[in-house]
Amino acid sequence: MSVPSFDVERVRKDFPILSRELPGGRPLVYLDSGNSSQKPAQVIDTMREHLAQHYGNVGRALHALGSESTEAYEGARDKIAAFVGASSRDEIVFTKNASEAINVVAYSFGNPTNTDERFRIGPGDEIVITEMEHHSNIVPWQFLAQRTGATLRWFSVTDEGRLSLDNLDELVNERTKIVSIVHQSNVLGTVNSISPILDRAREVGALMMVDASQSVPHQRVDVTDLDVDFVAFTGHKMLGPSGIGVLWGRRELLEAMPPFLGGGEMIEAVWMDHSTYAPVPHKFEAGTPPIVEAVGLGAAVDYLTSIGMDAIKQHERELTGYALDALGEIPGLRIVGPRTVIARGGTVSFTLEGIHPHDVGQILDDVFGVAVRVGHHCARPLHLRFGIPATTRASFYLYNTTAEVDALVRGLHHVQKVFG
Amino acid sequence: MIAESMYQELILEHYKHPQGRGLREPFDAEVHHVNPTCGDEVTLRVRLGDGGKVVDVSYDGQGCSISQAAASVLYELATGSTIEESLSVVDEFTRLMQGRGQIEADEDVLGDAVAFAGVAKFPARVKCALLSWMAYKDAVLRSQA
Repeated sequence: MSVPSFDVERVRKDFPILSRELPGGRPLVYLDSGNSSQKPAQVIDTMREHLAQHYGNVGRALHALGSESTEAYEGARDKIAAFVGASSRDEIVFTKNASEAINVVAYSFGNPTNTDERFRIGPGDEIVITEMEHHSNIVPWQFLAQRTGATLRWFSVTDEGRLSLDNLDELVNERTKIVSIVHQSNVLGTVNSISPILDRAREVGALMMVDASQSVPHQRVDVTDLDVDFVAFTGHKMLGPSGIGVLWGRRELLEAMPPFLGGGEMIEAVWMDHSTYAPVPHKFEAGTPPIVEAVGLGAAVDYLTSIGMDAIKQHERELTGYALDALGEIPGLRIVGPRTVIARGGTVSFTLEGIHPHDVGQILDDVFGVAVRVGHHCARPLHLRFGIPATTRASFYLYNTTAEVDALVRGLHHVQKVFG
Repeated sequence: MIAESMYQELILEHYKHPQGRGLREPFDAEVHHVNPTCGDEVTLRVRLGDGGKVVDVSYDGQGCSISQAAASVLYELATGSTIEESLSVVDEFTRLMQGRGQIEADEDVLGDAVAFAGVAKFPARVKCALLSWMAYKDAVLRSQA
């Protein structure tokens, strides 16, 4: 497949924040896109334009603004459906974030109002996740296990930061009801191969969910090719605003699931003692949704498409290779995760011997304007597995440059001087 | 270079060469405190003697330079003083840390702990500095209970 030409300097001009200065005249070196990405002018302008010219409530207001707003909101759903290859726009449910998307699915299991056999779960049944999950793909399943008496199990992680599939057939078995795994780790950068796990899940009749929060922003993800049952991702990590996330689900499963939140616009008819519900996806979108945020996310996928996901992936791959080489030369630096660019995204976490990540992050920010994330990155069990309380994480996106990786490396040498 | 001023020489000295570190016996109370946002933790023991004397403060833990240096300074200030004196230092230190950098520290009360004044300007790091000091206060209260 041919990759369109990619000019990082031209891309950077689209992101107003990248040209600002930090207090003290420091340039901004933003290496925290795995946490949240920056926004191009195209997204900011679209949102401003919507608020300034078209804003009204969606789905219920009959006036001109109501219909313009509804058109923009539902238009965003079309764009996102096309972006991830959904076979129907009705399979795109807008949520607040990826956490909510996962909670919607977890809530459907072992729920007395859901009589569908595939969602029945109780003592003796099993839920399977992995040790490299973000808390958002752990805690909702813990809730489910606590609520129903089902057992939570997980794939372990190898020293290199890959999923260990040695016990796949034992772990995913006839008792398994749902397997939910991360597509790309937000700490290790590891991109997991979904198909072997999916094949096994299908064999035993379990449903399968993928947390694609860290993959949809960075590579072409096609839910039809992926062929799982549910995919969750979030807007703010893919150049869109915060407050908007997406649950993609197979239509017939979404139809079988109970609504999550009750309220306005998720109903068909309401009596004092009972209600019937709107068809999917609106059944899951109670209350006034994040309208402008959805419109902004639509603009974000337009922007990503105009640049080209393959070009973005290629750029990040080059940056990651460069960073792995440069960081690997720093004495006392240990990369937590794969040291090659194979099946790996642009998120690089590491420890510096004898120096706590909070001290690393503070000096990087203060002296060099380098923004990284420090801590356990909402993946505490993964850090426990590696026997460390925290890491420093640099995460790249389409607007990052090798010069910024150089700034990070210079900063780390300085950190070692201060604390050495 | 705002934060570099936070890392005073005295703080780095205590971080690299912590005083009184390690858990010792005998002790009257032991507490374990954690900072959930960054995973810093400290286990701290106090040994009290006659006349309200603080005979020993021993501790172990992990965390950033600020949290580890603060524990070391606490050891130096509290050990050998009285419960009453040491708790008044804890109160003054807490007041300084929670003052958002707007408070003039009382150096007579705080001694070396005054080096942490710059930390108060970084809300995310205040908890690091206070971790072992809050643990100490807790341990003293428990040993008196």
